[in-house]
Amino acid sequence: MALLETRGLTAFYGDFQALFGLDLTLEAGETVAVIGANGAGKSTLMRSVAGVLANPADQVLFDGEPIGALPAAQVMARGIAMVPEGRRLFPSLSVEENLLIGRYGRRVDGAWSLETVYDLFPILKERRASPGTALSGGQQQMVAIGRALMSNPRVLLCDEISLGLAPVVIRDIYAALPRIRQGGASVVIVEQDIGQALKVADRVYCMMEGRVTLSGRPAELTRDEIHAAYFGVAA
Amino acid sequence: MIWLDTIVQGILLGGLYALFAAGLSLVFGIMRMVNLAHGDLIVLAAFLILVLVTALGLNPFLAVLVAAPVMFAIGWLLQYHLLNRTLGDDILPPLLVTFGLSIVIQNALLEGFSADSRRIPAGGELETASLALGPVTVGVMPLLTFLSAVAVIVLLNRLFYATSLGRAFRATSDDPVTAGLMGVEPRRVFAVATGIAMLVVTIAALYLGTRANFDPTIGPARLIYAFEAVIIGGLGSLWGTLAGGIIIGVAQTLGAAINPEWQILAGHVAFLIVLLFKPRGLFPRAND
Repeated sequence: MALLETRGLTAFYGDFQALFGLDLTLEAGETVAVIGANGAGKSTLMRSVAGVLANPADQVLFDGEPIGALPAAQVMARGIAMVPEGRRLFPSLSVEENLLIGRYGRRVDGAWSLETVYDLFPILKERRASPGTALSGGQQQMVAIGRALMSNPRVLLCDEISLGLAPVVIRDIYAALPRIRQGGASVVIVEQDIGQALKVADRVYCMMEGRVTLSGRPAELTRDEIHAAYFGVAA
Repeated sequence: MIWLDTIVQGILLGGLYALFAAGLSLVFGIMRMVNLAHGDLIVLAAFLILVLVTALGLNPFLAVLVAAPVMFAIGWLLQYHLLNRTLGDDILPPLLVTFGLSIVIQNALLEGFSADSRRIPAGGELETASLALGPVTVGVMPLLTFLSAVAVIVLLNRLFYATSLGRAFRATSDDPVTAGLMGVEPRRVFAVATGIAMLVVTIAALYLGTRANFDPTIGPARLIYAFEAVIIGGLGSLWGTLAGGIIIGVAQTLGAAINPEWQILAGHVAFLIVLLFKPRGLFPRAND
């Protein structure tokens, strides 16, 4: 049984249908990347799984249990944490408070605590008393990742974590991924940067216009297949 | 010395206004909701204390301990089942609903207690006791009121800035959707916040009811002082709310010292002057 699964997942914004029957799986211990152009529905997928958008209950299964209709707070309490697009730190909270609130709804002992998060991203310890939003973009992303780790999630959803960051900063952030996996989280990353996604993922799903157009292991996919699935035209 | 005395009495009166305002400030700071029934809820709590004191013969300070959890529950239920439904992008629904609630509370109290004005007996000589502090003499009740206001604000600030619940309050105020991703349920957090505001309301009601007469219709007038204190202080700042209460209190006693007819007017004029020079209040929050 997959750890996390979507079955025929649909999503709507009013009359506009954003997702058309997505079937995705995430096995325990896996890292899965979801790639696709702007507007492909990647973030909608993440928001549906995290409970920000409500869905029919049986369209999202976690450990075999239907969670599609649960609100975000209850999804989080079961062990699915999200690093939201745009980082979304709380401006009224310091760096350390931003990290601490990450475990508000789920206090589970595990690999991650303030200490181990500071160990993963030492710069955050230096900046612990600053307002979260006073940090550079890369440091804010580290806070957002650390905040999600604080609940010792079983699934970590990372939505566009490299968006708007310099290549050297992106490298630093992705360098943390092996340790995050060692900490016990299975990971779903949403990326527009195809090269980065193929490098770190065990499996890749490519989305276009709310549908999965291609999936497989990075080594088995050809450049042309990905190109066609990403842009909808043959290379 | 008469001026020093006037100012000291004004500062102590400001403590009462800060108590009226602290709950309002807390609720506004967390959910950007203006509760127009706040004054009536204070009066409701005063009647509750009055009933406990007269029917059960409790000491009023003890009665507050009994009334506080009841008021917390009223606040929690009110927010969770009614006021949460009014929150959204439109600021009008909460104003209309709490305005209606204000009328409902006033009329229910009129039905239950008639329009007679009442007073909570403070017990023994406390009502008239006074202390000589150097050149000025202060009443024990006004002094207790002021110290209670300071204590309430210190505790609310600690709650806000040094507890997990306080982090949830601030995070929800910043961004309720992302707070949900942290396991915070905004509807529950708001309910707890209003419950806590009602604890403060109960303390305010004790001093409202022991220091002066009250009847079911005086809520809105108290609401105006509370509003002015919150706005002078800067929306969402608790210490600012205390400062705002003190400014109105001092202005009122100074006005009254010049001419007794000017008491209320002087408070409102001070409010307008502050708004003229500091439209966002004295201590506005940086990220509003």
